[in-house]
Amino acid sequence: MGSHFLPSTRESLNEMLREIGVANIEELFADIPSKIRLKHGLNLPPPMSESEVRRHVKTMLSKNKPFTEMPTFLGGGVWPHHVPAHVRSLVQRSEFLTSYTPYQAETSQGMLQALFEYQSLVAELVGLDIANSSMYDWATAAGEAALMCARVTGRKRFLVPKLISPERLSVLKNYISGPALETVEIGYNSATGQLRVDELEGQLGEDVAGVYIENPSYLGFLETQVQEIAEAAHKAGALFVVGVNPISLGLLKPPGDYGADIVVGEGQPLGNPVSFGGPTLGIFACRDEQKLLRQMPGRLVGMTTTLDGNTRGYTMTLQTREQHIRRERATSNICSNEALCAVSAAIYLSSMGPSGLREVAETCASNAGYAMKKLRKIKGLQVPIFDSPHFNEFTLKCVKPGLGIETFNDRLLELGVHGGTPVQREFPDLGETAVLCTTELHTKEDIDKLVEAAARAVEGKK
Amino acid sequence: MKKLGLIVNPIAGMGGRVGLKGTDGEDVFKKALTLGAKPVAPERAANMLKKLASVKSGVTLITYPHEMGADEARVAGFKPEIIGSITSGKTSAEDTKRAVLDMVKAGVDLIAVVGGDGTMRDVYDEIKNAVPVLGVPAGVKVHSSAFSTSPEAAAETVMKFLWEELPLQEAEVMDVDEEAYRAGRLSAKLYGFVLTPYEPTLIQGMKVASLEADAEVEQQKAIAKQVVELMEPETVYFLGPGTTTRAVAEALAGEKTLLGVDVAKNGKIIAKDVNEKEILKWLDKGECVAIVSPIGGQGFILGRGNQQLSPEVLKRSGKKNIWVLATPQKLSMTPTLRVDTGDPNLDKEFKGYIRVTTGYRETRVVKIS
Amino acid sequence: MKYRQARWTSDVCLEPLVFELGGKGRRGTFSREKLLSDPEIPEGFIRASINLPELSEPEVVRHYTRLSQMNFGVDSGFYPLGSCTMKYNPKISEELAGLETATNIHPYQSEETVQGALELMHNLERSLAEIAGVSRVCLHPAAGAHGELLGMLLVRAHFKLKGEERTEVIVPDSAHGTNFTSAAMAGFNVVVVPSDSRGRVDIAALQEAVTKKTAALMLTNPNTLGLFEDGILEIAKIVHKAGGLLYYDGANLNGIMGKARPGDMGFDIVHFNLHKTFSTPHGGGGPGAGPVGVCKSLEEFLPAPMVEYNKKAKRYYLDYNRPYSIGKIKSFYGNFGVLVKAYTYILMMGAEGLEAVTDAAVVNANYIMRKLEELSDYEFKYPGPCKHEAVVSVEPLKTEKEVTARDVAKSLLDYGMHAPTYYFPPIVPEALMIEPTETESKEELDRFVDALKRIAEEAHTKPEKLRSSPTGTAIGRLDEVKAAREPILSWRMYKREKTKDAEAPPQEIKNDATP
Repeated sequence: MGSHFLPSTRESLNEMLREIGVANIEELFADIPSKIRLKHGLNLPPPMSESEVRRHVKTMLSKNKPFTEMPTFLGGGVWPHHVPAHVRSLVQRSEFLTSYTPYQAETSQGMLQALFEYQSLVAELVGLDIANSSMYDWATAAGEAALMCARVTGRKRFLVPKLISPERLSVLKNYISGPALETVEIGYNSATGQLRVDELEGQLGEDVAGVYIENPSYLGFLETQVQEIAEAAHKAGALFVVGVNPISLGLLKPPGDYGADIVVGEGQPLGNPVSFGGPTLGIFACRDEQKLLRQMPGRLVGMTTTLDGNTRGYTMTLQTREQHIRRERATSNICSNEALCAVSAAIYLSSMGPSGLREVAETCASNAGYAMKKLRKIKGLQVPIFDSPHFNEFTLKCVKPGLGIETFNDRLLELGVHGGTPVQREFPDLGETAVLCTTELHTKEDIDKLVEAAARAVEGKK
Repeated sequence: MKKLGLIVNPIAGMGGRVGLKGTDGEDVFKKALTLGAKPVAPERAANMLKKLASVKSGVTLITYPHEMGADEARVAGFKPEIIGSITSGKTSAEDTKRAVLDMVKAGVDLIAVVGGDGTMRDVYDEIKNAVPVLGVPAGVKVHSSAFSTSPEAAAETVMKFLWEELPLQEAEVMDVDEEAYRAGRLSAKLYGFVLTPYEPTLIQGMKVASLEADAEVEQQKAIAKQVVELMEPETVYFLGPGTTTRAVAEALAGEKTLLGVDVAKNGKIIAKDVNEKEILKWLDKGECVAIVSPIGGQGFILGRGNQQLSPEVLKRSGKKNIWVLATPQKLSMTPTLRVDTGDPNLDKEFKGYIRVTTGYRETRVVKIS
Repeated sequence: MKYRQARWTSDVCLEPLVFELGGKGRRGTFSREKLLSDPEIPEGFIRASINLPELSEPEVVRHYTRLSQMNFGVDSGFYPLGSCTMKYNPKISEELAGLETATNIHPYQSEETVQGALELMHNLERSLAEIAGVSRVCLHPAAGAHGELLGMLLVRAHFKLKGEERTEVIVPDSAHGTNFTSAAMAGFNVVVVPSDSRGRVDIAALQEAVTKKTAALMLTNPNTLGLFEDGILEIAKIVHKAGGLLYYDGANLNGIMGKARPGDMGFDIVHFNLHKTFSTPHGGGGPGAGPVGVCKSLEEFLPAPMVEYNKKAKRYYLDYNRPYSIGKIKSFYGNFGVLVKAYTYILMMGAEGLEAVTDAAVVNANYIMRKLEELSDYEFKYPGPCKHEAVVSVEPLKTEKEVTARDVAKSLLDYGMHAPTYYFPPIVPEALMIEPTETESKEELDRFVDALKRIAEEAHTKPEKLRSSPTGTAIGRLDEVKAAREPILSWRMYKREKTKDAEAPPQEIKNDATP
């Protein structure tokens, strides 16, 4: 049993009890009221040895079918990408893995510098100067961004696209419920999916704290009017927040270049496995401006020197924004974050370099383009539903009468292919639609198999 | 080149060691001498200067002759610039006042005042807020928050102020009725405010201490915002003396008399610097709320020195109509609050716990002893 | 024992930044075959360039390996960080969380393809519910503070449904900083209550604080002083009588496992830190997990989906049909990779193992307390016995020698031990919060006490040494003031500052007066 983790034995414990000056261990728990004292211990399965637990958990997890075993086209917030082997081996180094938050800068320069590098790499990626050292995920980062906009502007409304990821919208709403902020959803053009800028302008007023878009959107298309949206937001005194999949920024213009004040996103694709949706990595970046920096949530690592000014070093800084200094007045309650995932991302980006990341992104987009081209030829399917450029995710709609998207997916599965995420419940206006994703891991064979299975699924053939 | 003014009040603190409390008044001073009292201030001054010695090449020390600063400066290894003149062995408040005026004229960046509450009052009388000052305690018990906790701490603050950026805060100068104090009663009154560099103390954080801290001013603004939001229409509010209550007045877009009690109603200041009689008249008309905050370093929210919020006023208002404001910084200095209304029965009524507004939507339950 | 951390130096820095390494054209991963199609993205949306470093794989590996050498983990040495429970992290947990069947599954996969994951989460929930004495547990929160926020949102939902306007959350003055902030984030007003002379919640003050406006009281038990709130039954009565809820901050669960359960004490909401009590590694700050358990009456508000088991079909499924749920607080279902590790740990320990953990943790902390009581420079403001952690004050050293808790903590680094938490809880002056955990041997504890003894001695003989420590780590004390005043938070900002400096006139030589 786990006793091999405990150095103390009955004898050594007794010896210490003697030195403490108590007769037995019970005395140390005597102040627990007897009414609540557990008389019979906890009701848990008996302890397992290491080999037993290995067998047990492995067997349990073997009931999962990894997406590597069949062509899978899922995305929607976490995406399967190549995780270089050396990323894992580096973050498994116990000096990183088993360390705590680097509050003692003198002994934690390794972690601090790695996080500073992460901040720097994200900054380059998104085109802004300041990135924090991680949040929990894209959704909570978006929630914190809304709160930040409210703090900076003193206003209460936050505009989001109707086609925002429903999970992210739910998280966002919970985050803003404290100060009772309000979200307003802006409609989209039914042909292109593009945000209706006229509707946006109609909603922009003196009470709007921020405008948020996702680019690429939850349904995979690119927002083409980002300049106009940025201008409209700024003209009304609101902040412009953009949510991203960072892999896309290997190819696409970064939000910092088109007017974003805050960028949030999901950093999981940068060197972190999908892992059933967690751990994830929330990206949060903002422009270098006092009024923004002061209100930015999350931990920040800054560069400084030793007291004698001679050696460069890194330390956690601007902690007065954080909860442990300001308590109720903090900018956020975030304490533990996703630091090790951030280090994985840093290693990944350092290994990719500009050309590598570009190639990954191009491959993702190219695979999507290839898939769309082939799929749209299938009668009974509309692929994609929006006439706009896409990155690596796209919509697929069953337009054959009587064919539901869930049935379509079931048939695909029977044919050994895992389809995309159905969105018909969350967006009933869009009909029997799913969002599919391709990454650089998909081969031509994978996509051809998808196309073949899709054709048969539409027909109802087995 | 930084300029530091140094004023030592040689007679400050002499009463303490011989059982007297304070040395204002020549009679008390004479009594202290006969009791064998020795000067305290010079030693404190020397301790502070010794700690500053490492930076002496970067600062010009400007001080008064002999025991008012020059002696101590030389002992600590400084080569001070000596201005003014005194009669050695017969210094008085007048000398302190002249010294501080001369130093302001000499363009000092900061004046270190080694003395007690009385010395600080003299400084305040003369220059008000013209130049920042920092008190080095040498008095028996120091009530003003313009004082450092020790000569060594003062030296650190001086260095930080002169070379880095330390914010300034308005620190209370207290008028302690020393006669009453000697008779065993504490009667402290707010006398004025001087500008003092305030060193963000190592804020007690979760897992690490940070050198930065909230500007107390920001916290006061937050408190003020909360108070204004909670103020009920038609209710009369008396705003007691202090910088926190002043923040409330400012939030109401008014100016406040710093040492007096002003009256607010329906979001406006409707009367200034009212006396007890006028307050009682308001109370006649209906229920009022007195908004107070701890004064001085001892945590008094109601002190006998408060002529306006007299025992009669407090008796009629009752504990439930006293609204206490205090920044967490203030409370960390005095975790327990005190009441000394002058009426022991009334004091008893206030004993126990009271809710203190410490920020925007923050309250703290604090003990009153 | 002495400690000399690895120290790589290069000119004016330790290890250069990754941006300062590598060379044009190098790459550390990925090579692609031919593109299947041309990406149909208009030119105007394509970025011109991206400034990332260019390193080969060996260069990347060497760089980060060196960085890891200038870091310190539980595997390196004693790590007595109070309230963080830095216990040994079993390596088998890493192995199992790293299996392909754990890492390569997507949360939106058809449920039949992820039955193993669902079963694991279901079983973990059951185990945590048993350990805490609660009805259901939500595994979504990614960290302790995240769980706290969820807890506060549940409190709000509860009263909203009841139609009661409750605006206040009570927190003891010794509480963890996130408690205050989480309550405020959820829109509550915070009321702080003082601790009494025994270091426990002042019950009289609590009675003053609890009103019809009280939504909840947030408590850690044992509290942050390592002391068991023995008045907990009365506390629970006071709050419940006023119609409020009780929230348990699980940071200190290591002190009572198998002895008592928060649910039995009267807590309505119980939060866990898997990266503390359940031994998942801290990862330099994360990822962690902060599940939240609730009593029956609060179940309906939990975020969707919850993992359920269909007995008839013998299948696990994700239940989204939760009409009263507050919605989501994180995408997907939680930090699954972390959940696997916690589950593995609980399986290995079993009931007797977890109780043995608490036994050893408590004995270790009391042992240290006993040994330090013999040293006059270390004071305990509150009488023991403690539970799994003890808070000592070095006020005597501060008063006599101007040596602070921080100086003592930094000096410990030179002995190859990580500094304890200092200046917390705020109600103890010059506090050092020491939590040894159960995975330390008696020898290690003796070494620790011995180190503190030596440090106290040096405080009397050569305090300047302590004030300038550590000297055995990769770097000495840093200029934190400068870091805050002139923030350089990224390579981009650093480059800009450098160009500015190059253009600026030479700086005045600052006087080297370091206070």
